Amino acid sequence: MPAPGLTEIAMIACLLCIFLVPLAGAGLALINTGLGRSHSAAHMMMSSISVLSVAGLVFFFCGFAWEGFIGSPAHVLNVSGKGWSMIAAQPLFFRRLAFDGSAGSLSALLQIFCVGLAAIIALGSGADRWRLRASCLSAAALAGWTYPLFAHWVWGGGWLAQLGSNYGLGHGFIDVGGASTIQVLGGLTALSVTWILGPRRGKYSADGMAPAIPGHNAVLVMLGCLLSLVGWLGLNSAGAILFMGVQPAGTVLIAVNTILGAAAAALTAALITKIRFGKPDASLCANGWVGGLVASSASCAFVIPAEAVVIGSIAGAVVTFAVEWFELGLEVDDPAGAISVHAVGGIWGLLAVGLFARFHSSVLNISGPAATAGGLASDSWQWLAQLVGVATLLGFVLPFTYGINWLLNRIYPYRVSVEGERQGLDLHELGAGAYPEFVTHTEDFLPR
Amino acid sequence: MKILSFLLLLAGWFLVLSSLVLLSTPPSRASFIFAGIGVEILGLIFLFRSHAIPRDEKG
Repeated sequence: MPAPGLTEIAMIACLLCIFLVPLAGAGLALINTGLGRSHSAAHMMMSSISVLSVAGLVFFFCGFAWEGFIGSPAHVLNVSGKGWSMIAAQPLFFRRLAFDGSAGSLSALLQIFCVGLAAIIALGSGADRWRLRASCLSAAALAGWTYPLFAHWVWGGGWLAQLGSNYGLGHGFIDVGGASTIQVLGGLTALSVTWILGPRRGKYSADGMAPAIPGHNAVLVMLGCLLSLVGWLGLNSAGAILFMGVQPAGTVLIAVNTILGAAAAALTAALITKIRFGKPDASLCANGWVGGLVASSASCAFVIPAEAVVIGSIAGAVVTFAVEWFELGLEVDDPAGAISVHAVGGIWGLLAVGLFARFHSSVLNISGPAATAGGLASDSWQWLAQLVGVATLLGFVLPFTYGINWLLNRIYPYRVSVEGERQGLDLHELGAGAYPEFVTHTEDFLPR
Repeated sequence: MKILSFLLLLAGWFLVLSSLVLLSTPPSRASFIFAGIGVEILGLIFLFRSHAIPRDEKG
């Protein structure tokens, strides 16, 4: 039975799209694994499954209670006569949630996957040195506090979504497919974890050199990119139907924009690396591809395909330079490039909404949830609402997630021992490697 | 330095929030919001500098 605000066809379309979202998680897990070292490959896949599980369960226990959905009870702060919805007031354990295809139940289902996706992002930055149980602890904190709080502000009818109706800033902070709630939040968590863990041993030498530690399997990385595309199609479409009130027919435009954004970003990354290094770089092209997907998430329902190509191209360029800047300029050891791809790419995507988005009533169901939360007065000053959202991510989410991870690191140290890092996390933490038949015999390399 | 960086990030965010509450027109809000983001960028610069790896810890 479709809930008020969702037609039956919208409910079915939304459900089908949600079923694709786990592929985005699978894709990111493969990318993280391929860009890490071979002696930690099984550990990375195991960590991905573990953080998905932990994040999903914690979100079920308490996360959804704080996050809620549009129209659910919430704690509202009265600021100068305006109501700021700060945190949802739902019961724990999904109680009072009817699993009947209502907007609330679909939101809960989608966000079980979304919160897992956000947790997987940080794994790429902590590759080869982040302990399994520590990553699960971090995922629990993300799913229990950081994600629900910010997602309520954006997707749950919170104060960022209300910027339109309260202060006349366009339609309020717009994020169709989770560029802020999933990607930037995950990317900023990745940045915090990278700072707390420190770089891999041997990454930065005293003479100022930063030797490249290449990923061990480009095939996994590329397969991950293709799987991510399918997952993102579902993520962007489901988010648009559920949180923006886009009609199911509007998902065609969303799919086209998502694919074009990723394609333009990957080709831009290939072109830049070809010009700079003589040959296209596979890992940077993969980063560009995912960066294009991330950037497309925010605006995919509200831009025309040509604009999606521009947004994707800029994302590909920005991500390519950001990866190098973080690694060499800022000395942030991020093996999977998660900070550049998800945080930087996501912020660009959010700003692009303010620059390019147009809110057509033919695409947007103006009686949908987005109208209820943000108001649909005019498009002017939309860019200012997007800036407020980005400022909140940098000024609130980053200190908050850093503080939580810093505290958890004091209680249970995140970083594996020197011996464990030398041995590889597969053997050290799991007792078996991902590729047991790959045995290096030292004598094979000695002259006979 | 880390604490100062985080305080700057929070201060920038509060500037942005206060622009919403205290000012009435979007143009005046915009200038305050830009100022707030400027303070946040300053905080980020300090934060990256405070996490720079000391030379004796490299290798």
